Amino acid sequence: MAGGGDLKVLGVWTSPFAIRVRVVLNLKGLPYEYAEEDLGNKSALLVGSNPVHKKVPVLIHGGRAVNESQIIVQYIDEVWPAGAGGRPAVLPSDPYERAMARFWAAFVDDKVGSAWTGMLFKCKNEEERAEAVARAEAALETLEGAFKECSKGKPFFGGDGIGLVDVVLGGYLGWFLVVNRIIGRRLIDPARTPLLAGWEDRFRATEAVKGVVPDDVDKMLVFLQKLRAM
Amino acid sequence: MAGEKKGLQLLDFWVSPFGQRCRIALDEKALPYEYLEQDLGNKSELLLRSNPVHKKIPVLLHDGRPVCESLIIVQYIDEAFSSSSGKPPLLPSDPYARAQARFWADYVDKKVYDCGTRLWKTKGEPQQQARKEMVEILKTLEGALGDKPYFGGDEFGFVDVAFVPFTAWFLTYERYGEISVDKECPRLAAWAKRCGERESVNKNLSPPEKVYEFIGTLKKKFGIE
Repeated sequence: MAGGGDLKVLGVWTSPFAIRVRVVLNLKGLPYEYAEEDLGNKSALLVGSNPVHKKVPVLIHGGRAVNESQIIVQYIDEVWPAGAGGRPAVLPSDPYERAMARFWAAFVDDKVGSAWTGMLFKCKNEEERAEAVARAEAALETLEGAFKECSKGKPFFGGDGIGLVDVVLGGYLGWFLVVNRIIGRRLIDPARTPLLAGWEDRFRATEAVKGVVPDDVDKMLVFLQKLRAM
Repeated sequence: MAGEKKGLQLLDFWVSPFGQRCRIALDEKALPYEYLEQDLGNKSELLLRSNPVHKKIPVLLHDGRPVCESLIIVQYIDEAFSSSSGKPPLLPSDPYARAQARFWADYVDKKVYDCGTRLWKTKGEPQQQARKEMVEILKTLEGALGDKPYFGGDEFGFVDVAFVPFTAWFLTYERYGEISVDKECPRLAAWAKRCGERESVNKNLSPPEKVYEFIGTLKKKFGIE
């Protein structure tokens, strides 16, 4: 196996960005050591590995740090490409399809990501939260169309198997459960975005995802309060 | 399907550093393309059809199929034309080096344009803050460059393509932000000059005085004084 087994992930259990890296490592069947970071007291290893942004996730492979979750996902995909023992690809091989995957992954982090911070961390009142929820729903409606285009009738954005866009959007699903509880309805609404609603259930049910995308809403709410108080 | 025209077309706006990244990449690969200047105040049917999500330039059309987002376009150019162009790849082949290149290109994207905009759009305290940040950003990038001739090492590469269009904005940053890139980051200034000697860069960057003039016009238009 190229690169051996020397893999470590610095993450936070609720971080959509760390979650996507862990899902990909699971998909690839790669064992790794996981270290939970305290955002209020960042480890020397984290700060030393990511001096520019000081953020999670960090992938440490053979002692070398790779930063920025989408960059980490592509790195893993390139070091451990599809093939050996049925190991899947995360990015498509065709250059145009790769460009499409990168485009939609960037869209998710841009539009869903900014709405996510607005819905949970930055809103100062319910009005601001509602505005962020509306932005999230608008982005999800666009993604409904993207799903149709990318999946071509198959179960995931990546086709038969989970791909880049799946893990990027999937990383937010734990927090979406919290939003669902707060707003009293499902953010990925089966009436407005039926394809995405089906996708959400399928993604959560995947072996590589279980135990990584959190589902303990109460625990996440406690985490949220702590973060907002920081 | 956006259009059926064969070959490469670039929907762009003359002063856009993001568009210039694509032009430089295309020229580095010696790829012929049709340049289509867009009127951003009155967006064309073709632009709106090709980038319905963001309605922004640049957009690369390849046999009518659109690719959007400048760094995604540059990677597409690098990957789709890797064997046919006979030119060296913009991204290195080693995965770790690629990750480093993507990291720094992403850093340029996250930091430079936004901070630069605040430099000329704001006054007083926010402008002072932007000034401090810009010096920090440029010093960080200078640190990443190190002693290498290019961010890519010996070869002009992905990070160089990502950052070099912003060198045409140094004069504007200097005048509005009272920053001297020559003084604060001499190695970066030398890198900018070195890149400027490449035909692809020389041909595609806007003259710094034109950028400054353009910003002056924008400020008047937005009523910023």
